[in-house]
Amino acid sequence: MASELQSARKTETVFRTENLNIYYGDFLAVRDISIEIPKNKITAFIGPSGCGKSTVLRCFNRLNDLIKSFHLDGKLFYHDQDLYAPEIDPVEVRRQIGMVFQKPNPFPKSIYDNVAFGPRLLGYKGDMDELVERSLKQAALWDDIKDKLKAMGTDLSGGQQQRLCIARAIAVQPDVILMDEPCSALDPISTLKVEDLLQELKEKYTILIVTHNMQQASRASDRTAFFNVEANAKGQRTGYIVEYDRTEVIFQSPKEQATQAYVSGRFG
Amino acid sequence: MATSPSQTAMPTERSQSSRVLDKAFVWLTGAFAIGVGFVLLAIAFRVGTDALPAIQKFGLSFLTTSRWSVNDEVFGALTQIYGTLVTSFIALLIAVPIGIGVALFLSEDYLPPRIKQPVVFLIELLAAIPSVVYGLWGIFVLIPLLKPFGIWLNTNFGWIPLFSTAPSGPGIYVAGIILSIMILPIIAAISRDSLVAVPAEIRQAAYGLGATRWETIFQVILPAAFSGIVGGIMLALGRAMGETMAVTMVIGNSNSISPSILSQGSTVSSLLANQFAEAGGLQVSSLMYAALILFGLTLVVNVLAEIIVRRFSLKL
Ligand SMILES: Nc1ncnc2c1ncn2[C@@H]1O[C@H](COP(=O)(O)OP(=O)(O)OP(=O)(O)O)[C@@H](O)[C@H]1O
Ligand SMILES: [Mg+2]
Repeated sequence: MASELQSARKTETVFRTENLNIYYGDFLAVRDISIEIPKNKITAFIGPSGCGKSTVLRCFNRLNDLIKSFHLDGKLFYHDQDLYAPEIDPVEVRRQIGMVFQKPNPFPKSIYDNVAFGPRLLGYKGDMDELVERSLKQAALWDDIKDKLKAMGTDLSGGQQQRLCIARAIAVQPDVILMDEPCSALDPISTLKVEDLLQELKEKYTILIVTHNMQQASRASDRTAFFNVEANAKGQRTGYIVEYDRTEVIFQSPKEQATQAYVSGRFG
Repeated sequence: MATSPSQTAMPTERSQSSRVLDKAFVWLTGAFAIGVGFVLLAIAFRVGTDALPAIQKFGLSFLTTSRWSVNDEVFGALTQIYGTLVTSFIALLIAVPIGIGVALFLSEDYLPPRIKQPVVFLIELLAAIPSVVYGLWGIFVLIPLLKPFGIWLNTNFGWIPLFSTAPSGPGIYVAGIILSIMILPIIAAISRDSLVAVPAEIRQAAYGLGATRWETIFQVILPAAFSGIVGGIMLALGRAMGETMAVTMVIGNSNSISPSILSQGSTVSSLLANQFAEAGGLQVSSLMYAALILFGLTLVVNVLAEIIVRRFSLKL
């Protein structure tokens, strides 16, 4: 399975979905998602709260499998591999597709052990010190903490913790990094640091980022998907993608009225 | 408070009676807190002064000799200290893995909540059974049940000192097993609480890195809950060392010291329970000395627990 996923890393389109409908029990949370996510680009998901951005994001690394009521129909391809094919092991998927969460969530372990956690799981045989250092440097955290690798990851500041979580995610050298509002708990300076970081990371990784920050989406991303939510006859609020295009297009000349209203802050 | 002029102003003045009540409450709770501390000190002081003659007579040899002769007025509590430590150790050996296992099982989502809640309740109910009932159950159920097993151990593994005596019914191992059942709910309940308290975000982080459920449990969840679990174990150990009734009923109350867990023995608390009623003179003083030692042992365990919990507590 690992080999199927690994050898799948070839195409220029990293994810392709076809009419994805995502449910929690009977509740249709998101409908009709058909998008393509290009390689080595930053793709942003924007939209009002509750429209299903996190729900969609978490399908890409099968983290939703942990929720018992979750199920989906439609197709989700990772390169050419059907990600929800029965022979695919979600654990393998998550080793290729890393995730950074909204709230910084370092383990209550040392900084070093946080970063080394993933590689150890994978049985990494190389020079662990070197890998930890490289990951922390990539996450722009090395200079802050190089003298205290033994300190608890949970004792860092919020912004540092989030960069630690990024370092932890890239230490396993994933193909894709999913980020769910990674800057929402950070101050403006840390936010800018993380954004700079994204630009460096996209050289090597494909990045999907959910954000409520319009400037962040327009500054940092290459492509943007605008989600909205609509109540159906039964009163269920189902999310869907209104428009998905290059970021300039979404922010400067969107085709849809709703997108225009949302990105200019006149939403309601 | 910002109030618009049209509204009546919020009364900001507190009434006299409410202030007095507040003060009185602070004083009352303070008095209770100090009272509890005072009672503890008073007990310790009384036990200490009563034990003084025995302490002066036997000194530290009380801890290293096992002769307990009322006629010769020679007392040593080695057998009982040994019995207390061994029965508690057996109890931990059994109850810690099972208790943590139960806690893990009940903190993960293996069972639907509808079944989980009653199971949690049942386990906590184990802690509510009076210890004399455990003792009766030990005598009438556990001892007959364990005897063939004890005999089997002795005939097949008798060459190991641990099993070198033929079991006669009651014994150290029975006491250890009873104790393990009695402390199991403490370990399970406290461990479960600390496992459940581990933030869900940390679990997600581990899964997000491609950890399996087992890797997540053993490498992230258990270490994060470590201090709470150790605290629970220490609390259970304190309970096991002090438990009297059930142990007295199944341990055999013999004063001989033997490396075999199949032999009969006694613990400090069973000694106290057995002898206080008819004791006099130096014997009372010696019993007080033994009580003081038990007091010291549980104190050490509790202080250790406190240190471990502080040292390793989750910083989030
Ligand atoms: N575990 C779950 N079980 C049931 N319903 C859920 C679950 N998680 C999310 N939902 C529902 O799915 C819908 C989409 O939620 P989701 O968290 O994906 O929105 P979001 O776009 O990420 O919102 P936000 O911007 O506030 O994070 C919401 O109606 C939410 O109530
Ligand atoms: Mg979200």
